[in-house]
Amino acid sequence: MVSRAYRFSLNSSRVPAGEPLLEIRDLSLRFGGIHALSAVSFTVTQGQVHAVIGPNGAGKSSLLNCLSGLYRPQQGQALLHVRDDAGESSTHDLARLRPHRIARLGVARSFQNIELFGHLTVLENLMLGRHIHMRHRLLASMVWFGPARRQEVRHREFVEEVIDLLQLQAHRHQPVSALAYGIQKRVELGRALCVEPSLLLLDEPMAGMNAEEKEDMARYILDVHELRHVTVLLIEHDMGVVMDISDRISVLDFGRLIGDGTPDAVRANRAVVEAYLGADA
Amino acid sequence: MAATATGIYHRSYQREMALRHTRAEYLRLALLVTALLATPYVLDRYWLSIVNTILIAVIGAVGLNILVGFTGQISLGQGGFLAVGAFTSALLYERAALPMPVSVLCAVLLTAGAGALFGLPALRLKGLYLAIATLASQEIIVFIARRWTFLRDGSAPLSVERLHIGGYQITREYFEFQWYWVLLGCAVLAVLGARNLFRSGLGRAFMAVRDQDIAASAIGVNVTRAKVTAFAVSSGFVGLAGALSAHYTETVTWESFTLEVSILYLAMIIVGGLGSIAGACYGAVFMMLVPVLLNESIGAVGDSLPFLSGRLPAIENAVFGLVIILFLLLEPRGLDRIWQRMKDYLRFWPFRY
Ligand SMILES: Nc1ncnc2c1ncn2[C@@H]1O[C@H](COP(=O)(O)OP(=O)(O)OP(=O)(O)O)[C@@H](O)[C@H]1O
Ligand SMILES: [Mg+2]
Repeated sequence: MVSRAYRFSLNSSRVPAGEPLLEIRDLSLRFGGIHALSAVSFTVTQGQVHAVIGPNGAGKSSLLNCLSGLYRPQQGQALLHVRDDAGESSTHDLARLRPHRIARLGVARSFQNIELFGHLTVLENLMLGRHIHMRHRLLASMVWFGPARRQEVRHREFVEEVIDLLQLQAHRHQPVSALAYGIQKRVELGRALCVEPSLLLLDEPMAGMNAEEKEDMARYILDVHELRHVTVLLIEHDMGVVMDISDRISVLDFGRLIGDGTPDAVRANRAVVEAYLGADA
Repeated sequence: MAATATGIYHRSYQREMALRHTRAEYLRLALLVTALLATPYVLDRYWLSIVNTILIAVIGAVGLNILVGFTGQISLGQGGFLAVGAFTSALLYERAALPMPVSVLCAVLLTAGAGALFGLPALRLKGLYLAIATLASQEIIVFIARRWTFLRDGSAPLSVERLHIGGYQITREYFEFQWYWVLLGCAVLAVLGARNLFRSGLGRAFMAVRDQDIAASAIGVNVTRAKVTAFAVSSGFVGLAGALSAHYTETVTWESFTLEVSILYLAMIIVGGLGSIAGACYGAVFMMLVPVLLNESIGAVGDSLPFLSGRLPAIENAVFGLVIILFLLLEPRGLDRIWQRMKDYLRFWPFRY
C-alpha cells in the first residue's frame, strides 16, 4: 500500500533488532494512598510492537507518563538503551530525567486526550515535532534569509514525508482545533513521528474511533513499524486490535503486572482472563 | 479562512513560506510602502509628531505581543521595561557620551536581561498569578526610578540632548520629519524581525508553550528556557521602544512609565489581536490615534455647546472606553481578525460564498 520510496528513516534507534531497548525495573508510583504502579517490571525489545493492556484505572497512562518524565515514580528505573553513530552504547534512566531531556533521546509520544497545539496548523504542529533536530538561534531566526530559511526547508521535506505517510495532505494548512477527532489523532501520531523516535509511546491511539478509523490507524501504526522499524509501546483497549498488531503484551491490573508475554501466552493466562478478558472471553 | 488557501499553488517550500503570495498581497504592500513614504510630506508637524509616537508604540506593542499573545505569559510590567530602556539609553548617551546607536543597543540588551530576570516567576506561576508577579516588577522598577536621585538632573527630570548620530544632527526645524525616518526604520525592522521569528522554530516553540506546555515538553521544548527567552526577547523590543522614546521626547521621568502605560499597551494588543504582529500594529495605531481624533471632534462640538467645555476630558475618556468595548464585542479576536474577514469578503466579491 505504501509504494513510494522514502528518503528519511523515521527510526532513530541504532540498537539492533531483538535487543532490549527499554528495561522497566520495579517501577512504583503512588498518589497519596493510591498505588498507581506497584513494582512493575518488563522489557521492551527493539523492533517490536509492545502493547500494554488493562482495565480502566490500571495505571497504563501513569506508566507512560513516568516514561516521558511527566510523573516521577517514587521507586524503580526505566532504562533506555541508546547507541550513538559511533556504536557507543549508553543507558539513561527515564525515571530521573526531565521531559524535554527524554524527548531528546528520541522518546516520542501521543496522549490519551489529544494534546495538540490548538491554534497552530497541522504543518506547524508537525514542524514542532522536528524541534529537537533544529538549531534555534534568535538573530538568525529574526533575519530569516539564510540559515533559518534553509533549516525550515530541510525539515519541511521531512515533515512532508510524514504528511504523505499519514495522508494528511488535505489538512496541511488547517488549524488543528478545527479538524475532526480522528484526524487530530493522526496529527498527534504524525507529530511524534517527526521527532524521529527511537521509541514511540502511544496512549490509546484508537480510542473513540469508529471501526473504519481504527482500521486506518492500525494500518498507519503497522506501516511505521514494518516499513520504518520504529519500536512501539502502545496502550489499547480494543483486544482485537491488540492481539492482531502486537508482538508482545504486558497486562496491568490495579497497578500490578499480572501478565507479560506473546499474545497467545497472554490469552492463555488465567489471571489475565479473570481480571480483564473475562468480560469478552 | 480555508478559502484563502485555495487556488494558490507553490512550486517550492521557499515560495510557500514567503509572507506574501498573491498579486493582491503585493499590491497592498506597495500601497502601504507608498503611504509610509508619502506620510512625512503630506502631514503637518502636529500630525507627524502623532505618527512618530505611534511608531514607538508599534515597537512596544509588538514586543508585548511576543510575550502575551504568542507565548501566553500575561505581563503587567510593560511600563517598567519601557523605563529600563529609556533610562539606560538616556544615561549612556548623556553621561557616558556613547553614540546613540550604541546606547540604544545597550538599552535593548539590558532590558532583555531585566525581562529575563523578572520573568523568572513565570516558571512557577500562570495566568492571573503571573500577572500579579509582573505587577510587582512594574512597581519595583518604577519605585527605583522615582527614588534613585542618580536618575535625575537635580530636582528636574533627566533631560536628553537633541539627537545626533555621528555628523548627522536632528534640527529644530525638521525635528518631526527627521525623526520620522529614524523611527520608521526601527519600527519596520522590529515588525519584520518579529514576523520572521514566528515562522521559524524558535517562535513556534513559544506558541507551543502557549497552547500546550506539557505536549511542548514532550516533544523536547525546554519550557523553562522558552519562557525566559520569550521574556527576554519581548523585553528587548520594549527596551528599544523605551530608548527611542527617551531620545525623541528628550526627557525621561518615571511618570511616563506607570501602571497605566502597562495597561494601555495590554489594551493595544487585545484590541489589535493577541498573537498577531499585524494586530499589534493596528492596536497601537488605534489606541494612540482614537483619543486624538476624539479630542479634535469633541473639541469641535464643545465649541458650539459651551456648557460642556468643562467636562470634555471626561466625555473623551468615556467615549474612548465605549469605542473599545464596542470593538471587542463586535470581534473579540481584534482588529486583525476584522481585517482578515474583510479581505476574504473582497476576494470573493461579488459572490457571497
Ligand atoms: N495526576 C494524578 N493524580 C492523582 N491520581 C492519579 C493521577 N493520575 C492517575 N491517577 C490515578 O492512578 C490510577 C491509574 O490511572 P491511569 O490514568 O494510569 O489509568 P489507565 O490505566 O490509563 O486508565 P484508563 O484506561 O481509564 O485510561 C487511577 O486510580 C487514577 O485515579
Ligand atoms: Mg489511560
